[in-house]
Amino acid sequence: MRSETGTATDEAVIERLLAGDEAAFCTLVTAHHASLLRLALTFVSDHGAAEEVVQDTWLGVLKGLKAFERRASLKTWIFRILVNRARTRGARDGRTLNFSALQDPEGDGTDLIDRFSAEGRWAQPPSLWQEQDPEDLLLRAETADCLEDAIARLPASQRAVVTLRDVEGIEAQEVCNILEISETNQRVLLHRARTKVRLTLEKHLKRS
Amino acid sequence: MLNCREITERASDFIDATLPWHVRLEVRLHLMMCRFCREYVRQMALVARTLRHLRRPDVPLANQELLARFRAEHQ
Repeated sequence: MRSETGTATDEAVIERLLAGDEAAFCTLVTAHHASLLRLALTFVSDHGAAEEVVQDTWLGVLKGLKAFERRASLKTWIFRILVNRARTRGARDGRTLNFSALQDPEGDGTDLIDRFSAEGRWAQPPSLWQEQDPEDLLLRAETADCLEDAIARLPASQRAVVTLRDVEGIEAQEVCNILEISETNQRVLLHRARTKVRLTLEKHLKRS
Repeated sequence: MLNCREITERASDFIDATLPWHVRLEVRLHLMMCRFCREYVRQMALVARTLRHLRRPDVPLANQELLARFRAEHQ
């Protein structure tokens, strides 16, 4: 599976990095920096700390590359270094992240509970949206800000999963590897996150 | 037979195609008959696709310290 082990492209990049190819290093940093920063912000509270964690991650990549065993893809390996550093930093600042969906303070079924009858049929059905595509939706007033805001207000574990899966477009298996969570946990956290984000957008579209 | 609440609980897995085939079939049958759930599932998929547009564009490496460290590693 592509996400499990390094690809041929990974091999080529690693060889170039080990040979001291600056262009390869610049390309690598350019490709992942913004994504790493976004993920770091789910573990630490402020932008400055997140920047430090990302910087620290790249230094870790430089140090560890020679010993990188290539059991995961290069990207997964880099993101895991970030998660480890961000966790350490977050803990130092008094923030700890619990990725167990079972211990999620906001358990299942709380968001839409009042929308159904006792038999589980819609009592307050979803409001109809005219928009067919993301582009249509983003043309509506402040949709992007609303989505950013909705993600920012999620519990951190849900935020990390939805950020990696839906914002960054990383495969489920790779997300499990990066965050070291089970496949079930990943699905549950993603479900909760998407449910909340949709609900926030529904309210926003009703108002605007 | 799944009710509407149970459909919403499976919507995320449905759009990711991670449900077992028989559950997937049950969801499909429900969606054929229920326009509210059809709209709900459509919205969930639309939201997931729209989130992709929040991804920040790549930023060129302008970090001299990092570049200096990379050079130092390879001397």
